[in-house]
Amino acid sequence: MTGSISVANLGKAYKQYRSRWARLGEWMFPFGGKRYHLKWVLQEINFNISPGEAVGIIGINGAGKSTLLKLITGTTQPTGGRVVISGRVAAMLELGMGFHPDFTGRQNACMAGQLIGLSTQEINDLMPQIEAFAEIGEYIDQPVRVYSSGMQMRLAFSVATAKRPDVLIVDEILSVGDAYFQHKSFDRIRQFSREGTTLLIVSHDKQAIQSICDRAILLNAGRLTMEGKPEAVMDYYNAVLADNQRQNVKREVMDDGKVQTISGSGEAMIEEAALLNDQDERLEVVNVGQSVKLRVVVRIISDVPELVLGYMIKDRLGLPVFGTNTYHLRRPLVNLHEGAQIVFNFQFVANLGEGAYSIAIALHASDTHIDKNYEWRDRALMFSVINVDKGTFGGVAWLPPTLELTQ
Amino acid sequence: MGMFRDIWVYRGFILSSVRREFQSRYRNSILGATWAVLNPLAMIIVYTVIFSHLMGARLPGVTSNFGYSIYLCAGVLTWGLFTEIVGRGQNVFLEYANLIKKLSFPRICLPVIIVLNAGLNFAISFGLFTIFLVLSGNFPGLAFMAVFPVLVIQIVFSIGLAINLGILNVFFRDVGQFFGIFLQFWFWFTPIVYPLTILPPEVRVLFIWNPMASIVNAYQNILVNGLWPSWHTLIPVTMIGMAICAFGVRLYRKRAGEMVDEL
Repeated sequence: MTGSISVANLGKAYKQYRSRWARLGEWMFPFGGKRYHLKWVLQEINFNISPGEAVGIIGINGAGKSTLLKLITGTTQPTGGRVVISGRVAAMLELGMGFHPDFTGRQNACMAGQLIGLSTQEINDLMPQIEAFAEIGEYIDQPVRVYSSGMQMRLAFSVATAKRPDVLIVDEILSVGDAYFQHKSFDRIRQFSREGTTLLIVSHDKQAIQSICDRAILLNAGRLTMEGKPEAVMDYYNAVLADNQRQNVKREVMDDGKVQTISGSGEAMIEEAALLNDQDERLEVVNVGQSVKLRVVVRIISDVPELVLGYMIKDRLGLPVFGTNTYHLRRPLVNLHEGAQIVFNFQFVANLGEGAYSIAIALHASDTHIDKNYEWRDRALMFSVINVDKGTFGGVAWLPPTLELTQ
Repeated sequence: MGMFRDIWVYRGFILSSVRREFQSRYRNSILGATWAVLNPLAMIIVYTVIFSHLMGARLPGVTSNFGYSIYLCAGVLTWGLFTEIVGRGQNVFLEYANLIKKLSFPRICLPVIIVLNAGLNFAISFGLFTIFLVLSGNFPGLAFMAVFPVLVIQIVFSIGLAINLGILNVFFRDVGQFFGIFLQFWFWFTPIVYPLTILPPEVRVLFIWNPMASIVNAYQNILVNGLWPSWHTLIPVTMIGMAICAFGVRLYRKRAGEMVDEL
């Protein structure tokens, strides 16, 4: 049974003291009761991984993924429950740990190997293979301080995976290095998996999870929310993300209603923003060229003489792709009264290239928000565009040409 | 016992860490490891030539020219070993925080590395000092062998102190700051640069409470007078050393998990 992982009722909490004095007090007078409260970051985690299985862990930032991995590798101690793991474990929580800039790549590789429990003999035997995989050439005998970060990653990955482990634990590092090395490292992981290594991978890369994992586990707010086929879990995860967005909106409305110092003056506010398909269902993923509808529900908090709603679609780097407003569309609204609700529907065709996009929405008077800004919301909506049926093309826009050839 | 097995399994890592630390200090210098010899050599020359010949410092009751110099070196060199182990030991977990948080490996290796490193530095300076003793005709003879058991006692005591302080320092960073100051007082409260005999008897009795005084005194007896140490004076410090070692290991077992969270 080498390579199995069994996690039972696992929980992790950090002690939080009101002050440093409180901790000192507790140490000095151990019978004076507890002076801290526990902040749970993981609770009641149960799952089993059989040898050879590949499991992906997904969840938003702060869901407890990395903590879970640290518990499984034994770096941190659980507050409750237990982890049983069998076989040799290789964990890549952070690459290049313990590299010393003044020593050569070879010396550092040797040291890193010893740190993960390889003997000097084993490392010497594996060294040619490590060198070959890293493909950093003569740099192997140069001090690491002259390496580029990509070269360090290459070397670190090569050492960490020099010997096939029974269990390989990987935390979001498949995105290191250039595209070539990414492919290469991914291939190695896949090969390990075929040869029987149990894989545990944390990644935000949907494709990586779906292509390599047999199963996915979704963590949300420190709890195991779902477990199952990667596709199913991924879909659910996207729904959770969407839900999160809605909650954020609500939370912000509540905060804004009370404080209203954050963005704009607050005479009008965005109650809801959604991207819908033709059946009025919420969309997270849009096909290239799909017909979609941006729906924004606005509530008037106090009378406004003039209201313009603008939106800007931005690509993943935040560069504007397209934006317009109701002033330019010649539909500005005037003399709105307190309590009124306005629903805006912008129907358009998503002639966008593949990738992640966000929509910023603003409520203001006249054609720019400089004049009077009621509410401004960056990244009010997130969506991604995938290419289902359009053939391969590049760029952020879908501008299908017709081709005529003269010969 | 699992502790010793871990150390054995990770011996490669420990040895290369020691080597790396030693090398990294002189890595980018032209003279390299020569500096490791030049530094203590300079110190010994200062203490011997300057104190004995230029200042003419004499130790009461010792006829040799070098009496005070040897007295001084016997104390300063061994005190240096003590402060290096304790001083670095109290910061060991903070120093390696990144490694501890990200990698799973036996943490006991870290203090071992510190002790070996300090031992290496000490071996160089003490080796030079021994050569000086031989060359100047002051070698104490067979009694010199007694230095080694006393060293063992001293190292046990230092490790015990270092482990406890190292763990406490993770939770209460004031410990490290405080102990830095404390060490300075401790140095002057130990008869290293002055002989105990210059103190009035009512002050002298206080030194029984200083474990390091008995150790340093033993070295001085051996190296200056060529006398075997009176072993019974070393019993208390041996007991204290073993007790704090045991306490430190217990404290480590109890707090190791929490420590990682705190780093």
